[in-house]
Amino acid sequence: MTMTADVYDRRQDRRPWQKRLADASEPYLYSAPALILIIVVMLVPLVVGISYAFRDIQLLNPFSGGFIGLEHFETLSKDRAFYTALKNTLWWTGASVFLQFAFGLILALLLDKPFVGRGLVQALVFLPWAVPSFLAGLNWAWLFNPVIGPIPHWLFDLGLMSQPGNILSDPQYAMWGPIIANVWWGIPFFAITLLAALQSIPRDLYEAASIDGASWFQRFWSITLPFLAPTIAITVLLRTVWISNFADLIVVMTGGGPADRTQIVASYIFTQAFKALDFGYASAIALVLLVLLLAYSMLIILLRQTLLNKG
Amino acid sequence: MKTSLLPTIAHRLAIFAYVIFALFPLYWLFKVSLTPNDLLYSEGVRMWPSRTTWEHYSFVLQHSAFPTFFKNSLIVSGSTAVIVTICASLSGYALSRFNFRAKYWIVGLMLLTQMFPLVMLVAPIFKILTPLGLTNSLTGLIVVYTAFNVPFATFLMQSFFDGIPKDLEEAAMIDGATKFTAFREIILPLTLPGIAATLGFVFTAAWSELLFALMLINGNNAATFPVGLLTFVSKFSVDFGQMMAAGVLALIPAALFFLLIQRYLVQGLTAGAVKG
Repeated sequence: MTMTADVYDRRQDRRPWQKRLADASEPYLYSAPALILIIVVMLVPLVVGISYAFRDIQLLNPFSGGFIGLEHFETLSKDRAFYTALKNTLWWTGASVFLQFAFGLILALLLDKPFVGRGLVQALVFLPWAVPSFLAGLNWAWLFNPVIGPIPHWLFDLGLMSQPGNILSDPQYAMWGPIIANVWWGIPFFAITLLAALQSIPRDLYEAASIDGASWFQRFWSITLPFLAPTIAITVLLRTVWISNFADLIVVMTGGGPADRTQIVASYIFTQAFKALDFGYASAIALVLLVLLLAYSMLIILLRQTLLNKG
Repeated sequence: MKTSLLPTIAHRLAIFAYVIFALFPLYWLFKVSLTPNDLLYSEGVRMWPSRTTWEHYSFVLQHSAFPTFFKNSLIVSGSTAVIVTICASLSGYALSRFNFRAKYWIVGLMLLTQMFPLVMLVAPIFKILTPLGLTNSLTGLIVVYTAFNVPFATFLMQSFFDGIPKDLEEAAMIDGATKFTAFREIILPLTLPGIAATLGFVFTAAWSELLFALMLINGNNAATFPVGLLTFVSKFSVDFGQMMAAGVLALIPAALFFLLIQRYLVQGLTAGAVKG
């Protein structure tokens, strides 16, 4: 039966076989350059990187390269610096995402209201996003530097500091430096995404609600938030993964110091690869980070699915 | 319905606070870059120095390696942006217009590349590129940056193609044009805003990249701006005026591209976020 159907199909298709082949391969030809690049430069190194996690690879040691099984992971389980970095990553990611999201949402709500000069204001408040991350890091490191920046002097005048010192070298508060820089840099992303979502909410819903006498807060709670929920879920998920991998600001501002107080897992991996040149160990840490992030993403997706099924 | 005055004032004040917060660090960068060295410490926290000078800029342009860094960054970011946009237009078009068996695998692969930590690739890429002579070379950086940026750019271009009605190229094909001619002559010109946005995104991303540039480049000849500035900072951390002048110069191309693509940001990011 299948034979006859096949033959029948072929008779219907009057294109010569060269033409059919060309048509079928067309989408592959279009995607080939992008795919080849991704496979050669990202997928192959990813697989190689995973294999490094089980090998002894040190750049300056020509005798390294052997297979050592789980030895890196055993070292890792006893590595106190790694646990500190893990704790710092939670703190860095949680505080950054929460503050970026909260201030981004407020900004989007403010910009959703028409006013004179909105276009200009929008361009200005979104500008930090265009600043290269290394420059944002340096810029804030300078602002926190008592020699050249105003912030320590302001904190001193407010009585929050006993003398104008550098917050980045204070073990207790150092993490706030990169977090503030990250919030400054990341607010625009949330504001842009949430603003786009806000503008797609039908306006008549609000009119109907205010005719019914709903207060601003009621309208926000029962119209705005439900409409924004899917965008919020996706952006928060993406940003969490992205920020926990984002080492630039920390590498530039503190280099993980003082005394590893600002070292996150991503910057720890970079330090191991770049300074210690221990590629095997760096890959083992990276693999652990990858597994943790995958688990987190799965958890969020499952949670969302359960909530959707309930609702 | 008359809007009351108090909420309006609160709204404007809040907007004002955001603008100040967004611009103050950049303002400070610019201010210090104009402050003469002898006033740097005595007038540390003043909002504007009593004298200004452009000498830091002329020093940076004439007596340092920054013009080389600037040129290297321009070559790397420019080439990356052009190559990525070409690849992403093709693959974005394929994802937008064709239904083929491997489509979901391709989308899945591209999403995967957005999820895993790029830091993980630092060591293997270094090991792979060294025997090929691609470390310490601008070509190596261009190849790496191109691959990193292709997935997001593909989704971006796909969403722009999705916005163009299919009838247009079908009409052209009835008139005897091949699909590729229709793509080149009809669809691409209509996607020019999308192409501009993609170019801008990728240029800015490549201009800012730090970790791989630090790892793959050593020495001044092939250093890009981030690496150059960071080396400069760790070597001569007292020449604040010059560093900030260099910082302002590094900001200019990124800010220009930002102004160029600003209009498409809301559109492009929404598309990217929904796809992600």
